[in-house]
Amino acid sequence: MKLVLNIAWTHVSTRVRQTLVGMAGVAMGVGFTIMMAGLMQGSQIDFLRQLVDTMPHVTVEDERRSVPTQPAEQEYGAVQMSDIANVGRRAGIRYPESVMNSLRAWIPGDVAPSVKTTAIIDHGGARIGITLTGIDPRFEVRVSKLASQMRQGKLDDLSRASNGIIVGEALAEKLGLKTGNTVRLIGGQGTRLNSTVVGLFRSGLKRVDESQIYSLTGPAQIMMGQNGVINQLRLRLDDPLSAQKVAAQVEAQTGYQSVSWQEANADLLSTFTVRDFIVLTVMGAMLLTSSFATYNIISTITHEKRQDIAIMKSLGMREYAVRRIFIVEAVIIGVVGILFGWILGYLLCYGWSQITIFNPLTGTTVPLQIYYSPMHYLVAGGISLLCCAGAAYFPARKATRVHPVEIIRGSS
Amino acid sequence: MTDIALQAIGLVRRIEGVVAHTLVNGIDLAANKGEFLAITGPSGSGKSSLLYLLGLLDAPSEGEVIICGQSTSKLSESERADVRLTKCGFVFQFHFLLAEFTALDNVLLPMRAAGRMTESEMRERGLSLLDSLGLSEHANKHPNQLSGGQRQRVAIARALANRPEIIVADEPTGALDTASTEQVFSILRDIADEGQTVIVVTHDPALAARADRRIHIVDGKIAETTERGVGELILETGK
Repeated sequence: MKLVLNIAWTHVSTRVRQTLVGMAGVAMGVGFTIMMAGLMQGSQIDFLRQLVDTMPHVTVEDERRSVPTQPAEQEYGAVQMSDIANVGRRAGIRYPESVMNSLRAWIPGDVAPSVKTTAIIDHGGARIGITLTGIDPRFEVRVSKLASQMRQGKLDDLSRASNGIIVGEALAEKLGLKTGNTVRLIGGQGTRLNSTVVGLFRSGLKRVDESQIYSLTGPAQIMMGQNGVINQLRLRLDDPLSAQKVAAQVEAQTGYQSVSWQEANADLLSTFTVRDFIVLTVMGAMLLTSSFATYNIISTITHEKRQDIAIMKSLGMREYAVRRIFIVEAVIIGVVGILFGWILGYLLCYGWSQITIFNPLTGTTVPLQIYYSPMHYLVAGGISLLCCAGAAYFPARKATRVHPVEIIRGSS
Repeated sequence: MTDIALQAIGLVRRIEGVVAHTLVNGIDLAANKGEFLAITGPSGSGKSSLLYLLGLLDAPSEGEVIICGQSTSKLSESERADVRLTKCGFVFQFHFLLAEFTALDNVLLPMRAAGRMTESEMRERGLSLLDSLGLSEHANKHPNQLSGGQRQRVAIARALANRPEIIVADEPTGALDTASTEQVFSILRDIADEGQTVIVVTHDPALAARADRRIHIVDGKIAETTERGVGELILETGK
């Protein structure tokens, strides 16, 4: 191996310009790949963090995933039921306190009750449909980041005013609302309720900030026309990624539809998957393209060194040993290029993180989110090294297959 | 224990193609240990082709080569490479030294490929070989800093590096001046006198006459074999 290294090093070190071009190609590929990975994952993680912070990790609703199984279906295998009469069912989760207590016994997190309904906010001649969520501030702080998202007022202010509500900042801006203003809420059954704005919040998600209002559970129940009903339990977990598993267990335990944040945003997450695929394809292409420089260099060297290859083979060096010389050359170019690529990648990531952009969703100027991960460096480096070795293999194989006698005769 | 270092039995080398051509046509020969064998013949007679077959650089279409009692006909390409590395040393008309390496590194090349000695042992042997060929002052020079004769002597040192049983030389003096030619032939003669078998292809009849035995090839066949010391006695005539 020392001989192989010795010859390989001699070849690359005596072709400084070509070697540097090859290394620069690899460095650019690796550097920009790391930058793209950091940028892509950074923005994705930032978005998901906002999403996870804003939403409950699991929402238990007073609904079933499917129509309850009918006795006939249980009795016979080939029964198909349709247009089943709607059996009167009381809205809301039955015995919510008991359910919450049983969940608190095992879920890795906490649970809070809420009342979710829709209403129309009527103010200044404008009427806008909104989602009204009735909460209990004592429990809410355990399951959401609403308290930290408050821009004006506090959660506890809900209890200090008559029918107090907390309004999304974007909605408040649209209606020209300020804290202390009184608005009228109109429920689905025509219920009207004058409410006082006691606070403004900003979640960072425009669709939430434009349409969400929080109140105590009482006013929300009035708007729904169902006094004393809790129709939603919201869970916050220590590990948001376990939400799907926990949701399934909760649903199995309670029988109520339990939706994880992943399920609620399945369309969005599938978009991320497509985006990941596209970006990974582009990054792979970048790394592959960067190895073309290595291919060119090794092709040139093998062409120039046909005579040396012949003589090494005639001296008794095995074909694979000679082939390994050129692969080692590519690896040398690759390794040095990767090291520079890592530095370049880090500098690019740092540079991008200094750039701020206006986020139309939140209406704020924020720095580009970069995710720094050793895995980006390892994966980019590993793939690049494989591409370099692969790029060298084919010209090396072709060159070392030449019969030494042909070259020696040709040179004589 | 046999004294035969190399034996060729019924060697045939054909070039297949649109126009088939026979380079070597049924040659039988044996070279003893320590023998200096010269192969002569006109251009295109097949003497270099024969040499490449004897040195296992090329594989025969028919027949076989036995080196130090070991048949090589069923060896794989890698096994043939191993035999070349350890039992054969090659010297070509052109030195074929690796340009980026010093004279010493070129001599070390076969030893490093064989990997049977430590680095210090290899360097010691390399320097000793260069010294014995009068090149000790040029050990750290690159081929482009050496004369033609010096380069060819480095190539001979490289051929001797692994102490091969057989030295195969294809017109080693073909590109040298008279003084260098004399020097190289003396070296090859000395190598044979020390017990290694030397097989040389040459055009030069005067030099061939200094070999222990001369084989003259015509049209891929042995036309005549002449043994030194018996005058120009023709021992065998080609059919």
